[in-house]
Amino acid sequence: MTVSVSKPGARATFRPLFDLNLCDGCGQCAIECTFNEIKMVPQGDKKIPVANLLACGACHRCEVMCPRNAIRIEENPLATRTHGIWTPHHIQRVHLQAASGSVALTGFGAETDLPVLWDKMLFNACQVTNPSIDPQREPMETITYLGRKPEKLSDVEDFSALVKNLIPLQIPIVFAPMSYGSINLNLQKAIARVAKKLGLLWYTGEGGLHKDLYPYADCAILQVASGRFGVSPEYLKLGRGYQIKIGQGAKPGIGGHLPGEKVLEGISETRMIPLYSDAISPAPQHDIYSIEDLRLLIYAIKEANDYKPVCVKIAAVHNVAAIASGIVRAGADMVYIDGYRGGTGAAPNIIRDHVGIPIEIALAVVDQRLREERIRNQASLIVAGGFRNSADVMKAIALGADAVAIGTPVLIACGCHGCQRCSSGKCPWGLTTNEPSISERLDVDWAEERITNLITGWHHEMQEIMGLNGIYDIGSFRGNRLILRGIDLNEKELSILGIKYAGE
Amino acid sequence: MCGIAGFISHKYSKENGSRIKRAMVLQNERGNGLGAGYGAYGIFPVYKDFYAFQVMADSNWAIDEVTLYLKEHFWVAHKEEISIWDKVIQDHPQFMRYFLQPKLSSEDLNPDDFVIEKVMHINTAIDGAFVLSSGKNMGVFKGVGTPRDIYEFFRLDEYQGYCWIGHNRFPTNTPGWWGGAHPFNLLNWSIVHNGEISSYGINRRYLESNHYLCTLQTDTEVAAYLLDLLVRRHGLSIYDAITVLAPPYWSTIERETNLEARNRIIALKVTYESAMLNGPFAILAGFDKGIFSITDNTKLRPMVVGNADGYTYFASEVSALYEMEENLAGVTTPRAGQPVIVYYHGEG
Repeated sequence: MTVSVSKPGARATFRPLFDLNLCDGCGQCAIECTFNEIKMVPQGDKKIPVANLLACGACHRCEVMCPRNAIRIEENPLATRTHGIWTPHHIQRVHLQAASGSVALTGFGAETDLPVLWDKMLFNACQVTNPSIDPQREPMETITYLGRKPEKLSDVEDFSALVKNLIPLQIPIVFAPMSYGSINLNLQKAIARVAKKLGLLWYTGEGGLHKDLYPYADCAILQVASGRFGVSPEYLKLGRGYQIKIGQGAKPGIGGHLPGEKVLEGISETRMIPLYSDAISPAPQHDIYSIEDLRLLIYAIKEANDYKPVCVKIAAVHNVAAIASGIVRAGADMVYIDGYRGGTGAAPNIIRDHVGIPIEIALAVVDQRLREERIRNQASLIVAGGFRNSADVMKAIALGADAVAIGTPVLIACGCHGCQRCSSGKCPWGLTTNEPSISERLDVDWAEERITNLITGWHHEMQEIMGLNGIYDIGSFRGNRLILRGIDLNEKELSILGIKYAGE
Repeated sequence: MCGIAGFISHKYSKENGSRIKRAMVLQNERGNGLGAGYGAYGIFPVYKDFYAFQVMADSNWAIDEVTLYLKEHFWVAHKEEISIWDKVIQDHPQFMRYFLQPKLSSEDLNPDDFVIEKVMHINTAIDGAFVLSSGKNMGVFKGVGTPRDIYEFFRLDEYQGYCWIGHNRFPTNTPGWWGGAHPFNLLNWSIVHNGEISSYGINRRYLESNHYLCTLQTDTEVAAYLLDLLVRRHGLSIYDAITVLAPPYWSTIERETNLEARNRIIALKVTYESAMLNGPFAILAGFDKGIFSITDNTKLRPMVVGNADGYTYFASEVSALYEMEENLAGVTTPRAGQPVIVYYHGEG
């Protein structure tokens, strides 16, 4: 996008401030800024950095990498006349679209300030009558099996066949689908390594499975999405399970588009499309126009791979409970629900921020509906969409989730500061870019360590939360909504979430 | 904190409740006078093939409603007031006993399910009425009082049973009321429980999706309903059902080298994840074929077991075992999570 200085709306919301007393003119910041917004200009006998005040997105790369700690990112004050409706945000958006004439794209998850209901739910804790359990001294187990389970033991003819098609997780956390293409191979490899090392699962997203990652296919859920990228007979045998993608929380009801200039060699090979050709994922799968069609695809995939578990991913929308029920009855072994706040590499701003419902609500109604219909055992519930910490995860488990999928926290662990320019192909942290000169910034070992640390830290916290509730096995936490109490929620919200108010 | 005691005669020898009373009175300090109760098996030999409904009601109106409802759905072989000695506790509900045969229509699956449905209806739909017990040839007697009060109030000297369990209560999470005392009963299951079921929230949701309604404002009833679901409806053995309620740790399962056994226990654990009990508990349960005890995997509540010729004794405290039988052949302390199951002679 080109915007000239003289046009309205051309000012950045952020700017780097350089402390010239500290700066020694090394020029690292100019190298780090992949958007080329920092230039080194001569001043006296040295060079000093000067920022273009048009485009700083607050990625913080220059600030973090400056060897002299001479940079601070701050808001670039926009002295717009105060107005309750026409805030600077909206004025700027209109200016940008008036200049471009196109759909405004963004990355990351929804940025609206709608209430996050996780923040209005609080955990219980043991006092006196039931002792808490200290995870430092007693076993505190978070093992979770994903997949279709029988209603009663006598329904099982062959125990080994049942167990073979269940997927054990050491911690009920999985890595959300981020395709090779939307992120680069370095990051995907780091994620895959962590999944294998910690006994978790990772989802490929729709970009296929790069040959280098075949050793990690046994802990991967491979995706079959509307573009069918990378789906080959071999692909249909490699995975631990498969995921049919119907929708995504950040952009329910619309498809995806990886621009041709990003379809470089590895991506072209893995997706099985020509170099530099646009990779278009249509909004609906062109062989799924009804629930019967979905059933056909579920069973086609099962037939191809000895009945490994099949997961169906949908976005959380108004009628999600009925849709999820239909998906379970169509034969899915896992239902993956991506909420309103789910992240994306690229989505129209207006859709990311205005379509779908939050995952807290979707999870609560789906879990309840499946239990009322007595089919909850037939599929595991995996939820995603804006999980920020271990408390969010445990609240979801208490509402009834089998596992929680995280994507954005993984990116943040590897440096992301949330500048929301994932689709630019210039991610300064080397995450959502495949441009070799930038993606090499991400060291696989370092990323693996960072992600491992994050999950390990969360796991400890999850065990503490279980222990302080006197529960040693996460199975007794799951769906145990009495552990939660609401605060600042109305009757309707409490009833939908199925929880009591604090003090009740 | 609560107190538990119980004993079983392996060969159906009958006696009155005096030994269980002594064990419970000895453990008086484990309760606070807000709840005590007894369960006795073999006490209605004349009507042993009839469902014995012992109903508590807080008004004449409620008694009439229950009687009308029962007459509509059952043949009432006999109806009597449960005899009480109300000098001990003046402020008490009314108690009525009915011996019943279900009037089954062709759609009704089986008499036990029919009975459960009627019990749930009385507990939820008839204001002020509760079914204390609904099994055959057994009864539950419980209320607000000390173990001695409740024993004397229900005149348990006058009943002859071959298995007795007792409980006194120190209620903390739920109000002390007559229906909330232990044992909890459904059909022939009666449960006494010391502890707190931290998994109650999910156990209850699991039971509700299987059409059991939890109405008694306390966590112990889920254990009775779970046992009924697992053993009677799903056909699990007592041992498997106990494994569901207090399963081994995953780390223990991982050490199991017999692959078949390992897969079976994994199947059991994942199938019945929502039925697993968590939290500190010691449970003693009577059923039609015997009695068993279990504790939580960390053994945060006590349970000791004693043996003597033809009898097995259970209690929270060793002294209570000796109060029931001076000449015990042996006293054992089950390990955490280790069940003790005793069947009547010829039933195991």
